[in-house]
This record gives sequence, C-alpha cells and structure tokens, in this order.
Amino acid sequence: MSAPNKSGWKPAMNAAADGMHNGPATTTGNRALMLEEPLIFEIGHAETTGVDLPEIDPTAPNRLAGLSRAEPIGLVGLTEPEAVRHYTRLSRQNYGIDLGFFPLGSCTMKHNPRLNEKLARLPGFADIHPLAPQSTVQGALQVIHELGDWLCKLTGMPSVAMSPKAGAHGELCGILAIRAAHTANGNPREVVLVPESAHGTNPATAAFAGYKVDNIPATPEGRVDVDALKARLGPDVAAVMITNPNTCGLFEKDFRTIADAVHEAGGYVYCDGANFNAIVGRVRPGDLGVDAMHINLHKTFSTPHGGGGPGSGPVVFSEALAPFAPLPFVRKHEDGSYDLVEEEQREVSRGQAFGRMTAFHGQMGMFTRALTYMLSHGADGLKQVAEDAVLNANYILRSLEDILHAPFADSGPCMHEALFGDKDFGGGLSTLDLAKGLIDEGYHPMTVYFPLVVHGAMLVEPTETESKASIDQFITAFRSVTQRALEGDETLKQAPYYAPRRRLDETAAARKPKLAWSEPEE
Amino acid sequence: MRYLPLTDTDRADMLERVGASSIDDLFVDVPELARLDGPIRDLPMHASEMAVERHMSARAKKNLAAGDAPFFLGAGAYRHHVPASVDTVIQRGEFLTAYTPYQPEIAQGTLQMLFEFQTQVARLYGCAVANASLYDGSTACWEAVAMAGRVTRRKRAVLSGALHPHYSQVVKTMAQFTGDTIADAQPSIQTEPDLEGLTSRIDEETACVVVQYPDILGRISDLSKVAEAAHAKGALLVVVNTEPVALGAIKSPGEMGADIVVGEGQAIGVGLQFGGPYLGLFAVRDPKHVRQMPGRLCGETTDAEGKRGFVLTLSTREQHIRREKATSNICTNSGLCALAFSVHLTLLGEQGLRELAAENHRLACHAADRLARVPGVSLLNDAFFNEFTLMLNGKPAREIVRELADRGVLGGVSLGRLYPGVEALEQALLVAVTETTTEEDIETLATEIEALVKEAGQ
Repeated sequence: MSAPNKSGWKPAMNAAADGMHNGPATTTGNRALMLEEPLIFEIGHAETTGVDLPEIDPTAPNRLAGLSRAEPIGLVGLTEPEAVRHYTRLSRQNYGIDLGFFPLGSCTMKHNPRLNEKLARLPGFADIHPLAPQSTVQGALQVIHELGDWLCKLTGMPSVAMSPKAGAHGELCGILAIRAAHTANGNPREVVLVPESAHGTNPATAAFAGYKVDNIPATPEGRVDVDALKARLGPDVAAVMITNPNTCGLFEKDFRTIADAVHEAGGYVYCDGANFNAIVGRVRPGDLGVDAMHINLHKTFSTPHGGGGPGSGPVVFSEALAPFAPLPFVRKHEDGSYDLVEEEQREVSRGQAFGRMTAFHGQMGMFTRALTYMLSHGADGLKQVAEDAVLNANYILRSLEDILHAPFADSGPCMHEALFGDKDFGGGLSTLDLAKGLIDEGYHPMTVYFPLVVHGAMLVEPTETESKASIDQFITAFRSVTQRALEGDETLKQAPYYAPRRRLDETAAARKPKLAWSEPEE
Repeated sequence: MRYLPLTDTDRADMLERVGASSIDDLFVDVPELARLDGPIRDLPMHASEMAVERHMSARAKKNLAAGDAPFFLGAGAYRHHVPASVDTVIQRGEFLTAYTPYQPEIAQGTLQMLFEFQTQVARLYGCAVANASLYDGSTACWEAVAMAGRVTRRKRAVLSGALHPHYSQVVKTMAQFTGDTIADAQPSIQTEPDLEGLTSRIDEETACVVVQYPDILGRISDLSKVAEAAHAKGALLVVVNTEPVALGAIKSPGEMGADIVVGEGQAIGVGLQFGGPYLGLFAVRDPKHVRQMPGRLCGETTDAEGKRGFVLTLSTREQHIRREKATSNICTNSGLCALAFSVHLTLLGEQGLRELAAENHRLACHAADRLARVPGVSLLNDAFFNEFTLMLNGKPAREIVRELADRGVLGGVSLGRLYPGVEALEQALLVAVTETTTEEDIETLATEIEALVKEAGQ
C-alpha cells in the first residue's frame, strides 16, 4: 500500500485481535481471497494439454536410434485457463516489491521499472541467438559494449568482464583473475583475507578458487581493523576481499590506506560491490584502489529479483588485472562495428585470459534492463539514487535507535542500510519473532541474522524508491512490534497469524527431506 | 525523476531529523580523494521514457530477429514457440519482484512453484531429485564434475569429445584452479559417437565421465554401456542435455544409468535472449547423493497448524551457512526462468511434450532429407532428434553461414565457429529444426546452400 496523503484515510481495523479466526470453518479451506491451491500433479492429467499441436502419427518413421521413450515421463498438463488460474493463485501467496515495502538488507529490493521489461522483450533483443552471425547482432553487441562503458565510468575502472551470471559468479571471476595474475608471476599465493562480516559467498568463492580463508578482525566501530590487517599481510596473501560499504552499513573510510598496504605486499584488492547502490554516481571505487569488483545488476541497476534470480554480475578490473579477464568480451572497432573476442582471438587480451566462465556471453536480458535503467536515471539521477538511499537508511536508523539496539549508531552516518541487534528483548523473544510480527503488519521483514558479527542482527535497507510517508508508516509499525518484543509479548512467538501459512517446520523438512512430489501409495 | 518519490521538502525534513546540514554530511566517511564535485562526467543526464525507448529500439532494430528470417541455429540454444500465457505469468509482480524465499510464510507461491519445478525436472531426467536450478547448463556441468569429485573423492574427469565446447571450456577453466585433471577430446566426424574410445579413457582415478545427449553434432546413442563402464571403475556418469524437448521423444538419461543429469532448460519457456539469462538444470538419480548437491532445494513440510507448506531446505550445504566449506559458492538460482520453464511444461503436459517432440523430429527428418539432396552436401548423422550435422563440399561452413546471413538466412552454426582452427571440422554445419521452422524455410535454406556450394565449386 502507498502511504495515505492528506485526505485523512485510515485503515479499517480488525474488530478483534484475532479477527480472521472468528468466523466459521469453510469447507474449501479457503478464506475468501486467501485461496488454497493444490500442486499441478494433484489437478493435472497426463492427457491434458494447454498447447495445440499436431497429433502424433505412430506409423511415422523415426531416426531415434531405437531409443524412443516408451515409459511415461510422469508429467501432467493443464489447459490455459487452468494454468493461468493455478499460477495466479500461487502468486497471491507471495510478497513482492510491487505489494509493499521490502527492506531486505544487502539485497537492494528497489522498484523494477516496467520500461525495462518492455524493452528487454523487443524481438531484436529477446529473439536473437547467441551464436548468430555477428553481422546480424550488431545492436546487441553495441548494448553490451555501452553497458560495459557505463560500468567502467561509474566505477572509474578501465576494464570490465560482462559474462558472470550473478554476484557470486562475479566474485569467482574476480578471484580467478587474481589467481591467474599471481600464477603468471610464478606463485598463486595461498590465502585470501575476508572480514567476518562478509557475505558467505566471499569465503566460499575463495575456497572454490583453491585459497585458504583467513579472517580479518573488525574494530568496535564496525570497520576493518587496519592495523591488524596490515600485520597479517605478507607474501602468502593473494588478496583481500572487502565489501564497501560494508555489511554493517558503514563506509570503510580507510579503504585507500588498506588498498595501498595490500598492493605494497604484492596482493590484490577485491571489492564486493553488493552495496554499490549506496555510492553509485557519487564515489568511484577505482579512486579507492580497487583491483576487481563485481556489480550486481539486479541490485543497483534494478533488474528484477524474480523470486531468486536470474542475477547478473559483471566485474570491473584495474589495469593490472585486465589482461586476465575471462573470454568472451565485446570489442568496438574504429569503424563503429563490434565483434566478440572468443577463444580463437585470445591474443587480443595479451593471451592471458584465464578462460571462460559460461557458455555464450552473459545475461543479455539483464543487460538491456540495466542499460535502460541507467539511461533513464543518467549520471545525475544515479547520484540522486545513492543520496536518497543513504538518506532513507539514516532516517530509519535515527528513528529507531532510541528503542532498538543499534550497535554502530555512534560510528557515524550509515550508508544505504541500518543495522540493529536484539539486545533487551524480553520473554525469550528473538529477532525471528520480531520479523514474523512484521509480516502480520504487512511488511516483508528485513534481513535477519546477518551479518554474523551482531547478535540477532536486523539489516534494514529501504532503497531510494520509498517515499517518506511509506518509511514513516514502516517506522511506526516497526516501533510497535519492537515494543512488543521488548515487553516479551508472548503472542509474537506464534506470529505470523495472517500470512497464507503459519510458521513452517524447517527442522522436519531437513530431517526427512521430501524434495519431489510422488503419487500417494494405494 | 519518475522513480524517486522523495521531494525536496521531504529531503530537507529528513536531513533535519538525522542531524545533517546537507547530504554531504552523510558521505563524510568517503575520503577526500574520492569525492566528486558533481555527477560523473562523460555520461548523459536523465532521460524520459520516450527518449530511452528511442535509444534502445534503435539498437534492437540493428539485429536480425530469429522470427524475421529462416532460422536454423541450435548448438545449445533452441528457438521454440512459447505460449503467450507464460510471459503473462512471469510478469506478475508477485513473482517478478519477489526475492529468494527467505520468509517462507509469505513466499509459498515461489516455493510451491519450485517444488513443482523440481518434480518436473526430476521426471524429465529420470532422476529422483532435482534442485531449484543453477545459472545455466554450462555452469551446471562444472558443478556436476565438482560434485562427482566430492562423491568419489577423485579428481579426474573424462569429457566426451562431443560435449558442447563452451561447456568443456568452462569445466577446464574451473579445473585449472581446483587442481582437477580434465581429459577431453575433440569430436570425431563420424556417423556415431566413439563411445568405446570414451570408455577406454575411464580409469581407477576417474571421478566421472561426462557425455552430452543428444551430443554437439546432434547424434543420439544408448549410454547404458558407458554407465556400466563408469560404474565398473567406481566412477559416476554425468549426462548433459542441452535440448530438453528431446526428452519428450527419447529415453531419459536416468533410465540409461546416469548418476547426475544436468542441462540447459532454456528451450522450454525461456527464449533465446542472446545467450542469457538461461536455466541450469541439475538432478541426481540416487537420493543418497542429495546432500552433495549444489544450489537451492525446496522441500515439503507443515506449518504450525499442520497445513502443508514448502521451505528451502538442507541449506547446511550452502555458502551462507557453511561459508568456505560449502558445496558451491552459488547464492542465487535462476528463479524466474525456472518459473517460465515450469509454466510452459505445465501447459504442454505429458501429451503436449510428446507431441512437440514428435513434431520437431518430423520436421528435422524432412529437413535432413531435403538438405542431403543438395549436390555437394551430405548428412553425417544416422540418428538425431531435431539437430544434425551437414558436411559441405568446397567452402568452409563458416563462410557459408556468413554468406547465408548476407542473403537473410540464419542457416545454422558452423563447427568452425565452435572449434576454430580444427581443419577436420571446417566443412561441418550444424542445423537445428524446431516446430517454428516451416517447410518453406527449409526449401529456402536448401536453395541458398545449393547456390553457395555450387559457387564455391566453380
């Protein structure tokens, strides 16, 4: 819901605290607009189809090497009206940005402009084959090149690899380039330093690339402990991976000093760009000494999160790492034409490209959306994006710090997210209980229990696409649920009450995993 | 700015509340040397919807859309007709603008869809369990190799020469860093794949053997013997499928003894999109391997009132819990593409998928016969589903493809593009035919190839 204007509109309140449960039971299990929906396997039939195709001619010759599929596959079909209804009913059990405020910290759940959707669907982008002759896809190559150029200029970095499929894939791309660069110097080195507050993907990526992971300690104010880091640097350290702004919502103000020290010790600086939305258009990571940084197009540049992907994670590189970037990449020629540099022309990247991360050339559908978004905002609008995102987060921090433990409230302004902890909750209530209480109030909860460095962490990221009235409304709701948590209100333990499902038993799900539907036993 | 709701009055009020005199106060931690004096230079300022639309449309128009030409490209990305309702469903804001179902009580839509998707994929592949998807087929292929290493505690993978070359590049790229040994080969230009040669490369150190089905040349063959040979040496069989529609006509990899089946799901529901986003499918035949799988898994459970519901489960394999000990660094999946796949497959159903597969095969047989009648052209495959390899006399197929494009025909993928510099493959042209191909398109391709091959022979 958008927040009311001055018209004086007030929500209709439930008559009783448990107003939804007062009525009689229904025979369908439905509760008016809250509709139960079976699985497709419980409503479909093998012989039903929603697509009109020619009937199979069983006498037709085939050249399937005697491997025709004899046994039933076990699929079921629905006609179009049944299918549309099935998925529409499922969709109504989901929360999305279109429905309301979604302050999931570190995920940058901002509005997804529909122009991006429209333009990504132009046949000239959506209906072209990745291996089409390059003379027939010049416009697509141009879009990839233009987007890369924007990313380089926004980050102040000279080079970009466009193919990584998501943020974690981008991290891997960056760390592999670093490893390739060290290897070219004769020694890949052994260790990657990662702060405890980092996303889990950072240590997982470093380990995947064959590195040992060591922790970087933090200062009490929530930033990297520069002295401890410097003391740990040495010839075994391949790289440091630092998120900036960090996952405590703070800008690493000593980033440049850290980068200089890492470079002095012969290492490289990987910046996790997950939080780029806080500084886009205002700060260029290249000015801070970064060697590689991935950019989550689905966060900062608003390609839809889609219920968990697809993402897109291009990586910008410094001069030092650029030659090691993976294939393929798009090259612009003086005559204004473009081509793809693939394995056969690897000498173009001085022959040092570390390899290929994916089939084809990356997430084109995300590229068209991200470029559309960038063109809409422009350099001035993107700067405003960062400023509004940071202002909204600080406003939330300062509006809640009197009631909710804010461990780094004295560390200066936060960036685009505000971090709280569960100190002083009464009655054994936890962050999870507060989150479920927010669900009943009609909000998607913030990120919970991350970063790990704060007990019962709650990471609130409003983004720039919320109005002040919407944020004020959220603050009111958040304060009221927090008050209940502090007072030890037992009813929170059973929340949510009004969602399509009550709390789900995750322990049982993991103990005896049921990961596919099966026909009931007769 | 149309996407920014704060007004200047709001901003002033909020700055006052946070105790800042200007927005710059909130960026005080940015060091002096990184502060900019205005918007980043060399980039345009904001633009209207109309202006942006004009800019992007101009670029789209420079591309020749597959629907606007006789079109025969495949090699890991296939053009099928996607029913209109698929796009309608995936554009519903509740699916489009949701995120990873971290709060299952308000994400049952995504979770139930994933449970249905996992069941569909497992059945299509002849497996017990499929995950909630990975980035794409090529990265799923590497994840399978990595998983086979975890299961067998061995570090050598044998790749079939007829595995998509991009897939083997991805595997070899990753293996450089993990210390795995990859034994690969190039495809041999033969009517049937050299499965004996492949099995002879499996030894006691081998974690897995990776075979594509149908393979990069479009050939299909019974993999049961490869499975037996792999299992005899304690290795796993990984089968890669890049055209899921084929599995509506031919035996599933699971039926032939594959242990891990991975593939590209793009052909169902997702569309060509110049290579991405696509949909990585990943399944295991034996449920005992579930805890070694990468990526998200959705499982069934009950809520506090005993109602059925779904959650992400077994997450102790994943990076956000296990950090450097995770089975993969993957964080996201390809959720919206999985939804598109699942909706399309639900519309097809068992019957529709079988009919679709039959129609693809019927047209492909017709095209293969017609093209093989062109003087100077011969058909390599005895067996194929909807894609086959032609050998062209005279000129390298790569040049023919370019010349066909100049004549407005998107005539296939030359193996010269996929295997640059390999002389034995230069004459080979890979042609894919789907239900979207018309008999007229096939006639056009035949006529144009005939003209070009004749020209080359003169």
